[in-house]
Amino acid sequence: MPRPKRKAAVPTRSSDADSSARPEPKKPRGNQFNRIDQLFESYVNKTLGLIDPEGIEALCNDVNVNHTDVRMLIFAWKMKAEKQGYFSKDEWRRGLKCLGADTRPKLKKAIEGLDKELKVPECFEDFYSYAFQYCLTEEKQRSVDIETICELLNIVLKSEFPNQVNLLVEYLKVQNDYRALNMDQWRSFYRFFKEVDFHDLENYDSSQAWTVIIDNFVEWLKEKEKN
Amino acid sequence: MERKTIDLEQGWDYMQKGITKLKKILRETHDEFMLRELEQRWITHKVMVRWLSRFFHYLPPLNGVGLTCFRDLVYMEVRANARKGVITLIDKEREGEQIDRSLLKNVVDMFVEMDKYEEDFEVQMLEDTANYYKSKATKWIEVDSCPDYMLKAEECLRRERERVTHYLHSSTEQKLVEKVQHELLVTHANQLLDGVRALLRDDKVEDLSRMYRLYQKIPKGLDPVENVFKQHITAEGTALVQQAEEASSLVRKFIELHDKYMTYVNDCFINHTLFHKALKEAFEVFCNKNVAGSSSAELLATFCDNILKKGGSDEAIEETLEKVVKLLAYISDKDLYAEFYRKKLARRLLFDRSANEDHEKCILTKLKQQCGGQFTSKMEGMVMDLTLARDNQMKFEEYLQDNTHVIDLSVTVLTTGFWPSYKSSDLNLPVEMVKCVEVFKEFYETKTKHRKLTWIYSLGTCHIIGKFEPKTIELVVSTYQAAALLLFNSADKLSYSEIMMQLNLTHEDVVRLLHSLSRAKYKILSKEPNTTTIWPNDTFEFNYKFTDKMRRIKIPLPPVDERKKVIEDVDKDRRYAIDAAIVRIMKSSKVLGHQQLVLECVQQLGRMFKPDIKAIKKRIEDLITRDYLERDQENPNTFKYLA
Repeated sequence: MPRPKRKAAVPTRSSDADSSARPEPKKPRGNQFNRIDQLFESYVNKTLGLIDPEGIEALCNDVNVNHTDVRMLIFAWKMKAEKQGYFSKDEWRRGLKCLGADTRPKLKKAIEGLDKELKVPECFEDFYSYAFQYCLTEEKQRSVDIETICELLNIVLKSEFPNQVNLLVEYLKVQNDYRALNMDQWRSFYRFFKEVDFHDLENYDSSQAWTVIIDNFVEWLKEKEKN
Repeated sequence: MERKTIDLEQGWDYMQKGITKLKKILRETHDEFMLRELEQRWITHKVMVRWLSRFFHYLPPLNGVGLTCFRDLVYMEVRANARKGVITLIDKEREGEQIDRSLLKNVVDMFVEMDKYEEDFEVQMLEDTANYYKSKATKWIEVDSCPDYMLKAEECLRRERERVTHYLHSSTEQKLVEKVQHELLVTHANQLLDGVRALLRDDKVEDLSRMYRLYQKIPKGLDPVENVFKQHITAEGTALVQQAEEASSLVRKFIELHDKYMTYVNDCFINHTLFHKALKEAFEVFCNKNVAGSSSAELLATFCDNILKKGGSDEAIEETLEKVVKLLAYISDKDLYAEFYRKKLARRLLFDRSANEDHEKCILTKLKQQCGGQFTSKMEGMVMDLTLARDNQMKFEEYLQDNTHVIDLSVTVLTTGFWPSYKSSDLNLPVEMVKCVEVFKEFYETKTKHRKLTWIYSLGTCHIIGKFEPKTIELVVSTYQAAALLLFNSADKLSYSEIMMQLNLTHEDVVRLLHSLSRAKYKILSKEPNTTTIWPNDTFEFNYKFTDKMRRIKIPLPPVDERKKVIEDVDKDRRYAIDAAIVRIMKSSKVLGHQQLVLECVQQLGRMFKPDIKAIKKRIEDLITRDYLERDQENPNTFKYLA
């Protein structure tokens, strides 16, 4: 049986070991390179060689964005950060190069405007999947617990689908069938919000390939409407 | 006689004069008389032409010219009236009057020779026929009962066919019959179908046969009849289910119902596949309904169990088993039936309740034929184990000959995979039995090494001698009951908790066995207080005074309700089966749409059970989590196999 495609492993110090897994961003020219690295050093945990949660907290203070803000998640996405709460040097370089920021003020401005990055649907889908992936903290972990899912839904989808997210979160909290969900089920939520009109549930066809939790959710919605 | 010669001109002249005279006559006469004249003249004309041809044989053939002549000069004028005349006579005959059939035949023949049969005669005749029967049908349908109406319809069709042979052209038959059928049978089909319901209800076999015969010739004519047939059977079957109070009578009633309507299919409906299908679909509807909490699968298994315990003549048993297996074909949860059957078979075999080994083998053969080898392989294994056990027991008894310190013991070794799973218990065996078990273990090891024996005492039987004051009685009890009773060899009075502790059984088991010994038919133990339910505070005493007219009595221990466990086990097996099917299908297809996957799944598993879509979806979900499949991101309704 194949192993899960993405391993949530602790990132290594050096960049060489990872070079086969991800395409190396083009090495920025001289000074820019140094400034980005210097910024990294200003937050890094010296023993680990990584930016740890404390460092991230400091960063959040500097850019004036809460660490639970969706923009920090987008930032992590831009970096393709593998482990929640930690940024490696490569990831940092990648992220800042992407944002075109090499000084603290530039970084602050870039992070503040990150929510606009998601306007393009293909980007959003990629980010949406990433958000789930980011919550898989243990090796071989395939599902995320319901509570975290609910938080994630609020962070990631609430701005676009406020009513739907509220209803779904309500349902997830009362149902007993699932205590954790996998990536496929996570993805089905977004697809469902996009494709199905909550006012037109009669046309919903449970014999199609919708996930069982969505089928159950629709049944629950229909019951709710009756009462 | 003087020879008269005529020349061509003269001959021709005669003919024309004759024709003119004919025309005059035809204009002035009507109906039948007209037809007679026409017939006469037509016959004469034909004769004339024939003679002329002979006289003037050296000329090019005159037939064509003769006919043309007749057609142009006579036929064209006369045809409308001739047609009307014929049709009138036909209608008269329909009303029952006698008519001159040869007259009609000749006149019709004229139309044929004129090569105008269809356009000048047939079309009108058919239309008239349609109108005639339309009005008849309208009248009859109001007045006549369904059977009477059909009798009339059948008769009309017969007469019309006869009509064709007597004086119409054979090519008309098909069209004529279609017209009549349409007016009599198709237009009023709905009303007649209401009649079918009554016929079925009143078992009017003859009339149903007629209905079949009549509608069979009409394209798709049988479809509504089949539908009514199916609905009727479904209603009767469903009523049986709703009124049923207990299992065995219901299965018998199903069998009777099936026999009854199979006769209809064979006799009235001449074995037509459409009606076989109707019967099958009807049974599939109500044979899968639950009765008083039990599924039909369980009911059927219980029915088989009862038959095989009771026994009977070989023929009677074989016949009943044959019918039962046929019913099984209609049940969708065949795997559930198999599991119940297996559980009950185990009890029959182990407690020696089976009436006849041949009967057991008989039903297994039939089940195998219908459901395949895999269905019966475990059951066959069970029966085989018993046969082997007998041989083994003989060898064990030989082995025991040297060892007289052991009580009589017979052991049946069961092959784990074949038999239902049983909990092994930690029963504290009475001392007397412990030694036997040890001896058997030694014996078994001499024959087969490296096998683990797990003792299932809950399935054992013991014969105990009860030395009661009035008289000694042999008690045939289960091992659990025996273990409890033997405790009283060393104590007069025991409390519930003492018993439980010494036996090392669960509350459930202790309550059951104490109940069977103190509160059931035979009260071997007396209980204090003397209430019906067994409570942890009760105390028990050996009932010295017990007696019965028999010398040996059986004290059964009622089995635990196995229904829940069976359903659990079957559900588990189904999950595995669905998983296996999905993986198999995806492995060969590599990429498959959801709808198609579900369809193939249901098809593959259909022999054993009908998986519901939700169950399949859940398994797909699980397989995605386990990385057997993934959803195609471009087409979320499609899945891909992950090698």
